[in-house]
Amino acid sequence: MSLINSAPEMVLTSTVDQVLNWTRKSSLWYMLFGLACCAIEMMHTGGPRADLDRFGMAPRATPRVSDLMIIAGTLTLKMALRTRVLYEQMPDPKYVVSMGSCSNCGGLFQYAYSVCDGVDKVIPVDVYVPGCPPRPEALTEGLIMLQKKIMQEKWITRSSDTPRLGGPVGERA
Amino acid sequence: MDSTGIHAALRGRFDTAVGELAPGPFEASIEVDASVIEAVCTFLRDEEGLEFANLSNLSGADYPELERIQAVYSLFSYKQRHSITLRVNADRAAPVIPTVEAVWPAANWLEREIFDLLGVEFSGHCDLRRILLPEDWVGYPLRKDYEEQPDYHGISTVRESLLTMKRD
Repeated sequence: MSLINSAPEMVLTSTVDQVLNWTRKSSLWYMLFGLACCAIEMMHTGGPRADLDRFGMAPRATPRVSDLMIIAGTLTLKMALRTRVLYEQMPDPKYVVSMGSCSNCGGLFQYAYSVCDGVDKVIPVDVYVPGCPPRPEALTEGLIMLQKKIMQEKWITRSSDTPRLGGPVGERA
Repeated sequence: MDSTGIHAALRGRFDTAVGELAPGPFEASIEVDASVIEAVCTFLRDEEGLEFANLSNLSGADYPELERIQAVYSLFSYKQRHSITLRVNADRAAPVIPTVEAVWPAANWLEREIFDLLGVEFSGHCDLRRILLPEDWVGYPLRKDYEEQPDYHGISTVRESLLTMKRD
């Protein structure tokens, strides 16, 4: 008789990968990182109507305890260096959502001398949310996509040549 | 008091160091010699009937063809309900203007902004350093001949132009 058949009915079986990924996707603590007008929409997304709490997401004031960085707003070159430092301060596994046109590609301000046209020039990005600014629904969809992405990760069977999500190849090996 | 009266008061005190009254689309302006700008501002602030207690804005403009950089002082008096604009010219090669920080403390940050973006040195300023751009920024972006650096700390600033981009 196999283990599954002999176990009581309340026991669920799963893989370690799935359990790890499920716990990770269900408690994504995001760092408060509002850079411009997108931050207002991010606050709305965290508010009662869109309610990120239902995904187990909570805003954190420091990168040291955050899993997710939502780049919400125009990234200036001055801020880009600080963004990189904040990203490096986050513990693994860490994820980045680029919210809005400005952080995706520089948006309206991409030809300005002081603007970094795209946050992916500085740090790796998992999900891009288009919009100027994206509505809370759009950001919520982006975050659900990120959760789906997290569920596909293979942490146990990883090898050095497996592309990692949320970071460049080899960075976390 | 209207701008003619303000100009007459300045002329009476500072003579030719104060230029002609130049009419503008919104407000008349007066060109002032850089050497007397602090005295002019103190006079405008303290003189009975003028009482410009508020420096509402201090901005700058670059005129390469005239070889000058101009600082523009927008003054307003809450008590008298009148306003005036002062213009101070500086040599574009080495622009130096005395600070008016002692007259209005608000000038501190506004002068730093002009220093940051146009490279005007405000002599006597207590803390003249960049306010908006990073401290290690090269050049003054609001000058007409400003040339962007190809990268900033390894972040490329080369952008594809919409004019040269090919359409599919």
